[in-house]
Amino acid sequence: MFTLTPLEIEALRLSLLVSGWAVVGSLPLGIACAWLLARRDFPGKSLFDGLIHLPLVLPPVVVGYVLLVVLGRRGVVGSALLDWFGITLAFTWKGAAIASAVISFPLMVRAIRLSLEGVDRGLEQAARTLGCGPMRTFFTVTLPLVAPGVLTGVILAFARSLSEFGATITFVSNIPGETRTLPIALYAMTQIPGTEVEALRLCVISVAVAFAALIASEILSRRVQARLRG
Amino acid sequence: MLDILLRRQQGPFLVDLALVAGSGTTALFGPSGSGKSSVINMVAGLSRPDSGHVTVEGKVLFDSSAKVDVSPERRRLGYVFQDARLFPHLSVHGNLTFGMNRLAAAERRIGFESVVEVLGIGHLLDRRPAKLSGGEKQRVAIGRALLASPRILLMDEPLAALDSSRKAELLPFIAKLSRQFAIPILYVSHSMDEVLRLADTLVLMDDGKAAAVGAVEELLSRTDLRPLTGRYEAGAVVRATIAGHDSTYGDTMLAFAGGVLQVGKTDLPVGTKVRVRIHARDVAIAVDPPSRISMRNALPTVVKSVTPAEDWLVDVMLECGGSDIWAQITASAQASLALRPGMHVTALIKAATITRGDLAEQ
Repeated sequence: MFTLTPLEIEALRLSLLVSGWAVVGSLPLGIACAWLLARRDFPGKSLFDGLIHLPLVLPPVVVGYVLLVVLGRRGVVGSALLDWFGITLAFTWKGAAIASAVISFPLMVRAIRLSLEGVDRGLEQAARTLGCGPMRTFFTVTLPLVAPGVLTGVILAFARSLSEFGATITFVSNIPGETRTLPIALYAMTQIPGTEVEALRLCVISVAVAFAALIASEILSRRVQARLRG
Repeated sequence: MLDILLRRQQGPFLVDLALVAGSGTTALFGPSGSGKSSVINMVAGLSRPDSGHVTVEGKVLFDSSAKVDVSPERRRLGYVFQDARLFPHLSVHGNLTFGMNRLAAAERRIGFESVVEVLGIGHLLDRRPAKLSGGEKQRVAIGRALLASPRILLMDEPLAALDSSRKAELLPFIAKLSRQFAIPILYVSHSMDEVLRLADTLVLMDDGKAAAVGAVEELLSRTDLRPLTGRYEAGAVVRATIAGHDSTYGDTMLAFAGGVLQVGKTDLPVGTKVRVRIHARDVAIAVDPPSRISMRNALPTVVKSVTPAEDWLVDVMLECGGSDIWAQITASAQASLALRPGMHVTALIKAATITRGDLAEQ
């Protein structure tokens, strides 16, 4: 029987916690950014688009370093957070979630944006003539129609968060029980001689989690599609 | 009551329309690109006129001089689109109640049960739009618009995407709507058949402007408007009453000012007031009254006018007991008959050329 050691359970729990919060926390902002990019023209749109996509092309270490500089205890935003709210992000699991969110954000936005661009604007017009204001139209018509795209974005972002390493280790380091997610635990194992079995076990767990997420997404997206097709 | 004055420049195209229409159905008729849909979208608030005003049933929805521009969701108009636009994520029931649920109970003028019954969609309520036929979709779309208890129903070529049998199936429903639910209808179409069946007032659109506005029978009987009403659509429209049905052969008899008109079989009850279209191309002229002829209708008439229509066609207007009958004959026929105003001739019309589609209940 494959029983998980306390260390493995901890890494797994942290991975799911960090990735889960990274996705849930960034979803509203992701939908808002996707909507802006899909529906609005404004000065500086290309720059805004580029900024959102930057984490996709930057080395994660760079993203982690920028986060450390900005959100670290002595960073511009980080020190303000600490002084006003007593919140510390650097070297905590919350910081890990933020690092994951930033790295996976472009994937989420892209998927939702594509889906939004495919929505028949005529349906939104129909909703307007039936008495729905722009906000209600968005929540009762647009959002249900882009549900498959949102789901894809969420899954992509979740998967990317699970595999996040570079930005995380740079921003929040490797702290057992706080920031040591599966990839970081695996990396730590490879640094210690004679832990090949432990490393392999973490490897298997990572693969299993990734697979489970993919299968769950496939089942979910089929259900959503079927609902739309009737 | 609909009072609109719209001006909107769309690239090189200018929509410029002034229209006051009463109750019943008002049809905007014209070829595609004549600005019909632009007008209906401006009335709905989906696009904005450069200037003008839109007043529906006494409520000002847009007025550029008073800076009034009511948002579409507050206009309380029902819009039936050509492509139905049902919400794919909702059931038929969900679609039907979508607009209705936005209304306070006191404002729901039109009942759910009556709409479902009139449109015959009771058996579809649990289905998704993807599982409906084109005709069913359009009926649900009409129901959805009606249930929002609108001030006016806007219909943008609701039958254009349907095949002819679906069209024939849906036309009677639409013909009943305005009277049944006491709601004015603004109907956009490029099909004269639909206009004849549905419209009380006709607006002939041409290049963004209203070329003529008036009662259907008046406009369709004007030869000068034929470039707009269409060559194959040319024909007089007369008011008549169903006088009876031939018990042996089933033909329907219509009484009109000029006498009795025998037409194809219909199921309309005796006494029904109808508007009947007599296609100009189906009317023949005899200078001497013929005997022993298959054409059932031989009406004594007086020639009113003779005008060349195209290089080989001549329009002849005949007066028959106060009604005008429009005949279209070839130039060579005119050359041999030498028709001139004041001549007494016989108009010959085959009963079979006037079918149910040419009759509109009043």
